[in-house]
Amino acid sequence: MTPPSGITLATLSKDLRLEWRSKDAINSMLFFALLVVVVFSFSFDPNAEESRHIAGGLIWVAFLFAAVVALNQTWAREVRNQVLDAYRVSPAPANSLFLAKALGNFIFVTILEAAMTPLFIVFYQLRSLGPAWQLLLVAAFGTWALVVNGTFFAAMSLRTRSREIMLPLLLFPISIPAILAMVQATTSILLGEGARFWIVLLFTYDLVFTSACLLLFETVLEAE
Amino acid sequence: MKRIFPILSVITAALLGYALYAALVIAPTEQTMGDVQRIFYYHVPSAWTAFLLFLNNFVASVVYLIRKNPVADIVALVCAEVGVAFCTVVLITGPLWARPVWGIWWTWDIRLTSTLVLWLIYVAYLMLRRFSSSGQTPVLAAALAVFGALDVPLVYFSIWFFRTQHPQPVIGGGGSLAPAMWHVLLLNWLAFSMFAFLVCWSRFRLEKLSREVDETQAMNALLDEPVSNRSAR
Amino acid sequence: MASASSSSSGVTPEPIIAVTGLIKQFGKFAALRGVTADFAAGKLYAILGDNGAGKTTLLRTLAGLNHPTRGEVRILGSASIPEVCHHIGYMAHPSLLYDEMSVLENLRYFARLYGVTDDARCAAAITSVGLDPTLARPVGQYSQGMRQRASMARALLHDPKILLLDEPFSNVDIHSAHDMAALLGRTRDQGKTIFIVTHQAQLLEQVADEFVWMQAGRIVARTPKLTRPEPQ
Repeated sequence: MTPPSGITLATLSKDLRLEWRSKDAINSMLFFALLVVVVFSFSFDPNAEESRHIAGGLIWVAFLFAAVVALNQTWAREVRNQVLDAYRVSPAPANSLFLAKALGNFIFVTILEAAMTPLFIVFYQLRSLGPAWQLLLVAAFGTWALVVNGTFFAAMSLRTRSREIMLPLLLFPISIPAILAMVQATTSILLGEGARFWIVLLFTYDLVFTSACLLLFETVLEAE
Repeated sequence: MKRIFPILSVITAALLGYALYAALVIAPTEQTMGDVQRIFYYHVPSAWTAFLLFLNNFVASVVYLIRKNPVADIVALVCAEVGVAFCTVVLITGPLWARPVWGIWWTWDIRLTSTLVLWLIYVAYLMLRRFSSSGQTPVLAAALAVFGALDVPLVYFSIWFFRTQHPQPVIGGGGSLAPAMWHVLLLNWLAFSMFAFLVCWSRFRLEKLSREVDETQAMNALLDEPVSNRSAR
Repeated sequence: MASASSSSSGVTPEPIIAVTGLIKQFGKFAALRGVTADFAAGKLYAILGDNGAGKTTLLRTLAGLNHPTRGEVRILGSASIPEVCHHIGYMAHPSLLYDEMSVLENLRYFARLYGVTDDARCAAAITSVGLDPTLARPVGQYSQGMRQRASMARALLHDPKILLLDEPFSNVDIHSAHDMAALLGRTRDQGKTIFIVTHQAQLLEQVADEFVWMQAGRIVARTPKLTRPEPQ
């Protein structure tokens, strides 16, 4: 019997391999991310000093939009030929599937963020006055916060009409404390102020909601 | 049961009337804000009532997830609907109060902002219920309610800290309340709670009847012959 | 409606699937209205009936994809289908495969879900349905017949005791369909229990042990030959 972690890894590597082959989703998402950054630059055009104050907010809103686009296609391949049925009739645990999808989304969104960040730095002439490694921590915790709930709500939206609008509708309200934390943490670090509270809050958010998702995913998957 | 409802309705109506009178006339005029402050007697009890209803929704959702009890699902639905209504009152009275007193429509006041987020979560909850097909709705909605409940303390803490970094005016005053004002406040809360209870009860009965009709029709489909409502069980 | 198949010692063996009072409702629509039946091991059952008779719902309930509104399903003696799901293979009209991968890649992945890490078993399953395991073409580009066979390979891969097939011959060319029917007969001969929902009963005429007729959510008849029973 394959251990659950084996199934998670197998599913994740399958998804990554399929994505690498077609590169459909990642290419369109990268281009979308670039467009978002450019539009933001036109809309919010500050001088260098102001930019540090608002960049935290801008960058995370841009990441949020890119994340929603990525999250909406989480289950697209599974839905196409009712592959989820094949998964459900097998002895494989539902949580293995969930973790694989969440990790896959985490990787995709991180790639998008890595592509968008240099553009933001260039357009807004950003320079961090605080320790930059903390920004990586914020990015990791913040991205996981969006992706773990996003994967869960994407599965929920499969059972609804208007699937694509349902995902952000459910995700945004629940994510508000995380978004506030991400934005405030990023701004604080860029300004050279401490962000410890926000990082701890993000970590707590991640713990709480990862547990909730793991507890409830099977129930949602089996709902019919 | 059926006789209690009209009696309670009359009592509630009387109580609401008296509470309104108390808020507008009996309660002493506030020192700094003047008569505008009286909206406080609608703002705060609505908030408490809404929070209580959402708490009920959370408990009912957990009960549903554990025991799949259909009554729990109806209670959850009803509390969410009425809770959103009261929450809307809070969100309208807040700015109405803030504008004349502080000159601004909105502020990231911790209670007002938490209420806004709660309102957003529960509107999303109601939309989820509307957009999902009837077999799965109770489970999905219950799961979302659990997520919402877990979110609430995180919302509160995040906004609390945000405000310590960016101090903002506090709507509703931080100071203590004169005893006379407390009485009027509690009176209004009692009236609102009873009103909420009656509305929930009516809605509950309506929803229960509607589902019983559906079930009877389903039973008819099952048995291929007309079945009376009671003997269907 | 117990099917009494007595062994030489005169004792009726335990049915491999026992359905009692199964009711499934989707809102107002009653798909199954009280199905009670026992099914013996090692037989090939053809489930027939008009659209809306409840055939697919019954099969999906046996697979554990639909949960009964009322009633009980016991498979291999267990009332909990997840417990015995590694003994069940399921196939439906959608292929339940990833269009972008080759058949071997698909089977390798689904094998992991069942704890099978042996590549040779995947290749053997693919060969047994008459496909080429080395074919690198993605399944999405297969003809319908090939796709159904690939889907069957996926269902057979973990050597289940019970096979549940929903419209396996649908849109398949006549030669492939006959091949599949023969394959299913051989699979039954190896001791597996097979349930096939189909509109093309004549394909199974030579191979099925029993024909189960459904109508309006109930089983109305069970016949050993393909002769439609008198309407009740």
